[in-house]
Amino acid sequence: MKTGRYLLVSLGVIGLGVLLARARVNPYIYFAGYVILQYVVIATAWNILGGYAGYVNFGTAAFFALGAYTAIFLIESLKAPLPVLILGGGLVSGVLGLGIGYLTLRLKGVFFSIATFALAVVLQTLVINWDYVGGAKGMTVIRPRTGVLFGNYVTFLFTVMVVLAVGAVTIAWLIERSWIGRGLAALRDNEEAAECMGVPTLRLKVFATTVSGFLMGVAGAPFPYYVTYVEPSSAFNLDYAVNALAMPMIGGTTTWAGPVIGAVLLGTAQQVATVTISSELNLLIVGVVLVGFVVLAPEGILGLVRRIRGR
Amino acid sequence: MAGALLEVQGLTKRFGGFTALNGVSLQVKTGERFGLIGPNGSGKTTLINCVSGALPSDGGRILFEGRDITGIPAHQRTRRGIVRSFQIPKPFTSMTVLGNLAIPLEYATQARPGGDVAAEAMEILRHIGLESKAHSKPAGLTQIEMRKLELARAMAAKPKLLISDEAMAGLSSGEVDDILAILFRLNEQGITIIMIEHIMRAVMRFSERIVVLDAGDRIAEGTPDEIVRNPAVEKAYLGE
Amino acid sequence: MFSWDLLANAVIAGVLLGGFYAAVSLGVSLTFGLLDVVNMAHPAFVILGSYAAYAMNTSFGLDPILTGLVFTPVFYVLGAVVYRIYYESFERKGEESLRGLVFFFGLLFIIEVSLSLKYGVDYRLVEASYIGKSFEIGGVGIALRLLVPCIVGLAMTMVLHAFLSRTFYGRAIMAVSQDRLALRLMGANPVHIKTIAFGIGIATASLAGALLVTIAPVVPSTARDYIGRVFAITVLGGMGSIGGTLVAALVLGVAESLMATFSGPSWSLAVSFGILILALAVRPSGLFGR
Repeated sequence: MKTGRYLLVSLGVIGLGVLLARARVNPYIYFAGYVILQYVVIATAWNILGGYAGYVNFGTAAFFALGAYTAIFLIESLKAPLPVLILGGGLVSGVLGLGIGYLTLRLKGVFFSIATFALAVVLQTLVINWDYVGGAKGMTVIRPRTGVLFGNYVTFLFTVMVVLAVGAVTIAWLIERSWIGRGLAALRDNEEAAECMGVPTLRLKVFATTVSGFLMGVAGAPFPYYVTYVEPSSAFNLDYAVNALAMPMIGGTTTWAGPVIGAVLLGTAQQVATVTISSELNLLIVGVVLVGFVVLAPEGILGLVRRIRGR
Repeated sequence: MAGALLEVQGLTKRFGGFTALNGVSLQVKTGERFGLIGPNGSGKTTLINCVSGALPSDGGRILFEGRDITGIPAHQRTRRGIVRSFQIPKPFTSMTVLGNLAIPLEYATQARPGGDVAAEAMEILRHIGLESKAHSKPAGLTQIEMRKLELARAMAAKPKLLISDEAMAGLSSGEVDDILAILFRLNEQGITIIMIEHIMRAVMRFSERIVVLDAGDRIAEGTPDEIVRNPAVEKAYLGE
Repeated sequence: MFSWDLLANAVIAGVLLGGFYAAVSLGVSLTFGLLDVVNMAHPAFVILGSYAAYAMNTSFGLDPILTGLVFTPVFYVLGAVVYRIYYESFERKGEESLRGLVFFFGLLFIIEVSLSLKYGVDYRLVEASYIGKSFEIGGVGIALRLLVPCIVGLAMTMVLHAFLSRTFYGRAIMAVSQDRLALRLMGANPVHIKTIAFGIGIATASLAGALLVTIAPVVPSTARDYIGRVFAITVLGGMGSIGGTLVAALVLGVAESLMATFSGPSWSLAVSFGILILALAVRPSGLFGR
C-alpha cells in the first residue's frame, strides 16, 4: 500500500472510531470493540516477531500483563495520567523483550519459544507475591470520573484503543517495507544464509522482540481502567498466548494485514460465542481452529486468497 | 606473510569427542586462485564454516588483511569482504531472485536503497546469465540456476575473498564449465577465490595452489602438478 | 527458621519428587532430546493420564498405577497418530520449527480446555491404599504417596535405558537421532522408527500421569506447570541422555523442595522455570550447534 493511501486509510479509521464513539450506541459495542481492538494490537505485536522473523513467542501474557501491572504501579504511586501509563507499560515490556531476547536469541528458535513460556509463569509468580499491586487477591482500580470528549470513560478508552491499534499497525507497516523488514524476512527464510550475507541477525531479532514486547505492553496499560479489577490469573491468562498465535495464523503471517484480519474475525467470533455459548467451548473452538489452520492452511486467509488469485 | 589476504593459524575445532580440525594452518595470497580438497569428512566445510564465522573455533587464529577476526561475528566478516556460497543452496524462499540479491547489496555493502539496488542486482544477474529469472521465486529454478543464484548472491556482497563450497556438485560437464568460466571471470576482476571441490578436473584447471586436508590435518600443499604426484594425497583418497 | 530436621525432610522429599519428575520427563527426553521434536504438549498428555487414572479410580476403584499401565498401549497409539500428523504436515516439508511448535501448543491447549469442559476446574484426586500412609527413618518422614511414584519412576527410567541400549528398536532410535542416512542404509525406515519412539514417549505419559495424581490432586491447568520442569530437566540433563535426565530431575526436585520449605510453595514453580531460563542462557553450544 502506498504511503499516501495508507495515511488516508489510517486517518479514516480513526475518524470512524471517533464518530462511533460520539454516536452513543449500545454500550456493549464499546466494551466488545475495545477487546477486539486490543487484540489487533496484540496480534500485530506478536506478528512482528513471529511472522516477520519466524520466532514464536508463547509468553504474550507476560508482556501484556506486565504492561497492565506497570500501569497499576504508576496509578498507585504517582496517580499518573493515561498517556504516561501507556508509555510506561510499553517501555517496561519493551525492556523485558530486550532482556529475554538478548539472553535466548542466540540459541535455536525452539529454546527461545520455551523460554517465553517459562517467562510468563515466572512473572506471574512474582506478581502473585507482590502485594503493592494486589498480589494474588488482585487490585481494584477506580476509573477517572469522566473521559475526555466522550463523557463515559469506557467510550473514551475505546477511542484510545482505536488510535493505539492504528499506531501499532502503522509501526508494523513501516517495519515491513523498510530494510529492517527485508532483513527479518531473510533471517526467517534462512537464518544462516542471512547472517553470511551480512545481515546482523542477532541485532534484528532483539529489535523485533523489543518492539513486539513494547506494543504488547502498550496494549496492556489501559487494561486496569477497562476491567477495574485486575488479578493475576486473568491478566496472565493463557488465552492471550493462544489468541496472539491464532489471529496472525488465521489472517496470514507475512504482512501487516494478516493479524488485523485475524483479530477482527476471531475477536468478533469470540465475543459472539462468549455470549451465546459457554466461554469454555469458545476457547476449545479457538484451539481447534488454530490447529486446523496450522495443519491445513498455514499461510492463513491471505495465503488462500493469494493461491486462488493464482500467484 | 606479505601479500596474504587470509591467514589461518593453528585452527582447531572439536565436536564433542570428535576433532574435525587439528591445528590447521594455511595462507591465501591476494588475487590467488586457491583450491581446497580432501576426502569426505576431512574438514573442508568445517574450515570454511570457521573462516566465515558460522562456527566458533576451539583454538587458533584467523587473520584477514592482517587483522585478527577470530572473535568477530559472521555478518561483520561478510562486510569486511569474506563471502561464502553454500554447498546446498540456501536461497531466501519468500523473495524473488532479484530480492535475494538485494539483501547482500543492502546489508553487506551498504548500498543506498531504492533504484540503485535493483539496477545493480540486474547487472549481476546479467553477468551470470540469470536475468530472465529476475522476478521468479527460487522454487521455480533448476539445479544449475540455483547454483548460479548462490554465486550471484555471493557476488552481490562485493567479496574480496569468495569461498565457493562445492558449487559444481551434481552438475553436468557443460554446466561445470559454465560455473568455472564465471569463477575465472570473477578472479580476473581481482577477487581472491578459494574453491572447494570434488570434481578434480575443475580444481586442477582452476587452482594456482592447492592445500589437501585429510581427517582434520593438512597433508599436502603445492601446485596442481605437485599435488597430483604426491603419494600422501593418493593414499588419503584411495587408502593403502 | 532453620533446623536440620527440616532440611533433611526437604531433601528427602526432593529426592523422591525427583524420581517422579524423571518419569514425567522421560517422554520429552526421548522426543525432544533425541529426535528434535518439540512436543510441548507432553505435559498435557500426562494430565490426560492423570484424569484417566482418576476416572477409573472413581468409577471402578482401580488402583491408579494399574490404570496407568493398562492405558499405556492406548497412549502409544495416540502418540503414533500425533507424530504421523506432525510428520506429514510439517517435518516432511521442513517447516517444523515455527509451525510444529504452534501445532503442539495448540494440542496442549485443546487437551486442557477439553478436560476443563468435561471435569470442571475442581481439584481431582484418587484414593489408594498407600496414599496417606508414611513411615519414619531416623527422624525423617517418608510419605508412601511420594515413595511409590519415585520407585516406579526409577523403574521406568531403567527400563527405558535398557530398551534404548539393548534392543533393536531402541538402538535404531538412538541411531536415527544421530544419522538418518546410515539408518536407511541399514534397511530401517527412519519415519517408522521415529513413530515408534514418539509413541513410546507418549506411552510413558500414561503411567507418569497416574503417578502425578497419586502425589497430588490435579486440575487441567496443572499441565502448564510441568512444561518448564520437563524442559528444564531435558536441557539440564544433556538432551537425550536418559541417565542425565534422572540426575537433572533429582537436582530439580531437591531445589524445588528446598524452595518450598524455606520460602513458601508459591515460589517453587519459579525455581524450575528460573533454572530453565538460566540453563538456556548459558548453554555453551551456539545457534548452529545442538
